[in-house]
Amino acid sequence: MEEKIKAKIMDSGKIKRAFNRITNEITERNRDLNNLVIIGIRTRGVFIAKRISQLIEKFEGIEVPIGILDITLYRDDFSERKEKHIVKQTKIDFSITDKDVLLVDDVLFTGRTIRAAMDSIIDLGRPKTIQLLVFIDRGHRELPIKPDYIGKSLPTSRREKVRVKLKDIDKKDEVIIIEPAGMK
Amino acid sequence: MAFKQKHLLGIQPLSASEITTILDTAESLAEISSREVKKVPILRGKTIINLFYEPSTRTRSSFELAAKRLSADISNFSKQSSSVSKGETLKDTILNLEAMNTDAIIIRHAFAGSPYFISTFCSSHIINAGDGSHEHPTQALLDAFTIKQRKKKFSGLKIVIAGDILHSRVARSNVLLLKKLGAEVILVGPPPLLPPYFSKLGAKIDYNLDHAIKGADVIMMLRIQLERQDKTFFPSLREYRHLYSLTKERFQNAKKDAIIMHPGPINRDVEISTDLADSTESVILQQVENGVAVRMAVLYLLLGGKEHEIAD
Repeated sequence: MEEKIKAKIMDSGKIKRAFNRITNEITERNRDLNNLVIIGIRTRGVFIAKRISQLIEKFEGIEVPIGILDITLYRDDFSERKEKHIVKQTKIDFSITDKDVLLVDDVLFTGRTIRAAMDSIIDLGRPKTIQLLVFIDRGHRELPIKPDYIGKSLPTSRREKVRVKLKDIDKKDEVIIIEPAGMK
Repeated sequence: MAFKQKHLLGIQPLSASEITTILDTAESLAEISSREVKKVPILRGKTIINLFYEPSTRTRSSFELAAKRLSADISNFSKQSSSVSKGETLKDTILNLEAMNTDAIIIRHAFAGSPYFISTFCSSHIINAGDGSHEHPTQALLDAFTIKQRKKKFSGLKIVIAGDILHSRVARSNVLLLKKLGAEVILVGPPPLLPPYFSKLGAKIDYNLDHAIKGADVIMMLRIQLERQDKTFFPSLREYRHLYSLTKERFQNAKKDAIIMHPGPINRDVEISTDLADSTESVILQQVENGVAVRMAVLYLLLGGKEHEIAD
């Protein structure tokens, strides 16, 4: 299906300021940063996690470990895509038991990804707390899930798509809204 | 990603990219078996039957653990403990099992082609766990996974498969798979156990192990199937050992970093000397370990994650 860009929501300056603000919120709330671990949900969540970790190190001088979570095996939702999902590796090289886990994803929509991610994390151990960071909260929740840190809240219609692009994989930082061509 | 098969009947119907997909998926799933809670929910509610008409320890328990680690329900049937011993036909057995709403049937049978036969009337996914002397696809896949772990690639590798080729479904599946991925395969054995028509599968034929082993990257020894030696294929076990057993002296002619493989069960000091079987060059137990991950990948790709994609 063809897509067209409906609007550019954030440029690299806005994204940078959002990252700085979120990082400050995290360090303010988590007094013991040594107990914090960050887990990014594949794919974009991992890159956001890395940036947050770099900023925490820059501001506070503490290196926070990062894990990578693939939630394919915990999914429950369906769509039009015909191909089977590629399972990628979950790579968490540290124990999460009794840790403050900061779960990171790019876009929060129905909340089902986060449900799957939390189930997966709990199978790996018993964290002290799980906090949720999303870069864009676009609404339309289907589960009782509420993020602790938000880059930007963005009202959208259901058929639109939100893309968070990050320079580490997409060459530039920007957030755009896409809608399928031929729709008004 | 390309994986559109309904069944796994053999390596023959698979494309190189489908094989790569299975191996990549297995690599991702391997981590689950090292967790404290060795279980993920993806196949919850799926019913799998493990139907073994021939004895097996590795393959059967490997499939069983793979299914359980993906949260599927699996039920084991063996020839001795089922109605097969009362004379029920294969077709009737399958239809009866399927009447209990199975999602997949894993079958090992002495007759080549029986998994294919079942797939013609059965709506479950069929997985071939070894059919006669025909194919044993998951063994070839776990062998390939093990080779990839150690050698990182297939093209340019010289792989020697030696022993009782004639009766070996493992050899057939391995030749098919390794050729698809671009390796050079040399089959070695005494002429009665290595008919020339094997060259049609794309393998080279050599009757001299000392010659074939020179510069080999991988040496896969096959079991002498003593239970199938009702006809005389070689004069004596002693002569066989003299010409075709993998010993330390013979192994020295392989590449320095060559690895030794064996699908098991091994006849110690027949096809392979005990010290080599237990050496650091031997990856026999890694093969067994990798079997679980590879079978998880096969079950996931056939049964798992319907046509779904998370909304973003």
